[in-house]
Amino acid sequence: MNIIEVKKLTKKFGDFTAVNGISFSVKKGEVFGFLGPNGAGKTTTINMLTGLAKPSAGEIRIAGYDGSKEIKKVQQIIGIVPDESNLYDEMSGLDNLLFCASLYGMKKEVREKRAKELLEQFSLADTGKRPFKAYSKGMKRKLTIAAGIIHHPAILFLDEPTTGIDVESARQIRRLIKELNAQGTTIFLTTHYIEEAERLCHRLGFIVAGKVIKVSEVQALMEEAQQENVVEFRTEPNGLDLEKKLVRVFPKIRIKASTGHSIRITSQEPIELMPFMKFFAQEGIKVSEAKIIRPSLEDVFVKITGIGIDKLKKEKEGKRR
Amino acid sequence: MNKLMAFWSILTKDMKNYYLKPPNISWGIIFPISWTLMFFIKSDSTVDLRQILPGVMALSILFGTTSMLAVTITFERKSRSFERLLLAPISLNLLMLAKTTGAIFFGIINAFIPLLFASLMIDLSGINWLTTFLGVVLIAVTSTFLGLLIAVSVSEVFEAQTFSNFFRFPMMFLCGLFIPLEKLPVFLQPLSYVLPLTYGADLLKFAINSAGSIRLWVSLLVLIGYALVLFLISTHNIKRKWIY
Repeated sequence: MNIIEVKKLTKKFGDFTAVNGISFSVKKGEVFGFLGPNGAGKTTTINMLTGLAKPSAGEIRIAGYDGSKEIKKVQQIIGIVPDESNLYDEMSGLDNLLFCASLYGMKKEVREKRAKELLEQFSLADTGKRPFKAYSKGMKRKLTIAAGIIHHPAILFLDEPTTGIDVESARQIRRLIKELNAQGTTIFLTTHYIEEAERLCHRLGFIVAGKVIKVSEVQALMEEAQQENVVEFRTEPNGLDLEKKLVRVFPKIRIKASTGHSIRITSQEPIELMPFMKFFAQEGIKVSEAKIIRPSLEDVFVKITGIGIDKLKKEKEGKRR
Repeated sequence: MNKLMAFWSILTKDMKNYYLKPPNISWGIIFPISWTLMFFIKSDSTVDLRQILPGVMALSILFGTTSMLAVTITFERKSRSFERLLLAPISLNLLMLAKTTGAIFFGIINAFIPLLFASLMIDLSGINWLTTFLGVVLIAVTSTFLGLLIAVSVSEVFEAQTFSNFFRFPMMFLCGLFIPLEKLPVFLQPLSYVLPLTYGADLLKFAINSAGSIRLWVSLLVLIGYALVLFLISTHNIKRKWIY
């Protein structure tokens, strides 16, 4: 059963189309990953789904409610964790949670119990009375997630939940996401971290330049990627014409990456190493290492989006700063 | 009930986080004292405290509410905590009423501080307290909604301050507090009658010194009208600019 259904959703800012007629659905109880480079339209899509932006065209249905006309009903059953922690600096962690709970009409005794429960669950019980501004980045992130789930939402929107925080906090947040999902919360997650999506998500949607170009189960994507055979040769410095010669001698392969001292080849058919070793010997190029690479979700991402992982890593670094 | 709880939480959060902070409490005390002293200096210590009371009260409200609301909302917008409120399951009108009620209370308290000081020094008998309170509330409401309009029009805290002054200073000199309306240059007089503070100040003059020049019901209606128009324009602009 689909809990989110998006049809031909479009958002324009003047002449610029940020989201261009996208359609996808999210099943109840799944973790849906929304992947794409910076500026692809991920946050604009989340903003339209949560009521912070009005669609220029298209339809949104969330848990049966019309996302445009019944947004206040939608907001009652969703939780939102934005890409930046946006709680109140002057208020303590506990007071922030109590305040957020009251916005959803939770009674005093219920919200107090729930806030304390969450502080425990997120390992923040000892710092609950400290002002939010005194929290570390990881603690702020955890409290922001706690605030997003204080009212037991059926759907949780998580925008880049682990960007810019320490490894331990990120690991803890991933574990919490899994626990939440196991308890039945549907999770809509955007992330820059492909490995995070691989670990957490059941299905992925890829968005590039405002268009959803693929929606698929993670398992299916992995199987699709692994149909390809990849081998990397580490060599002594080689010339650019080596690539041309390789393709001429082995017409069934493609050159995936070449750095001058390593070359990565790919083929739909199994790759035998010996003919290549002979080729390199004939060319007088010494090979120090030859390894079979198991394609990962990163490779799938590159293949689908046409965006290099290097670019994505630079974006990650930028976000972290 | 749920909506009322959200309203109350936003109001108490704002009072605690912004309006009841020591610097703002001291502002509420120092500001009216400064205005009173200014009038004393200006008039060679022969000033009639009761005559200047409506002006000091009106200006205390105007400066207190417009600054505070414009700054707090702009600040929350910058830190993105305002988004949290926009994403809560409460209507925009209720949210903005909750956000502005704190500033309205702050303005009302600011108005009664000079009154309290004056009561220690002069005889305040003969004041129409009901009209005074009504005048104070209406000035507080219109000034707060003016602050809201300013907050919606700017994106930086310093812009909020600058833009507030753009409205406040002309209003201060044209509302009849320093110079009686009939003594203003003829070409400026119509402008005075466009300003909400003119009606608020006249209401207080009438209530405190029985000296107003505009009919009471006209002032009341104009102030209520201003409050409604400013609130509607502000919420319309929020829908257009912040829920983009």
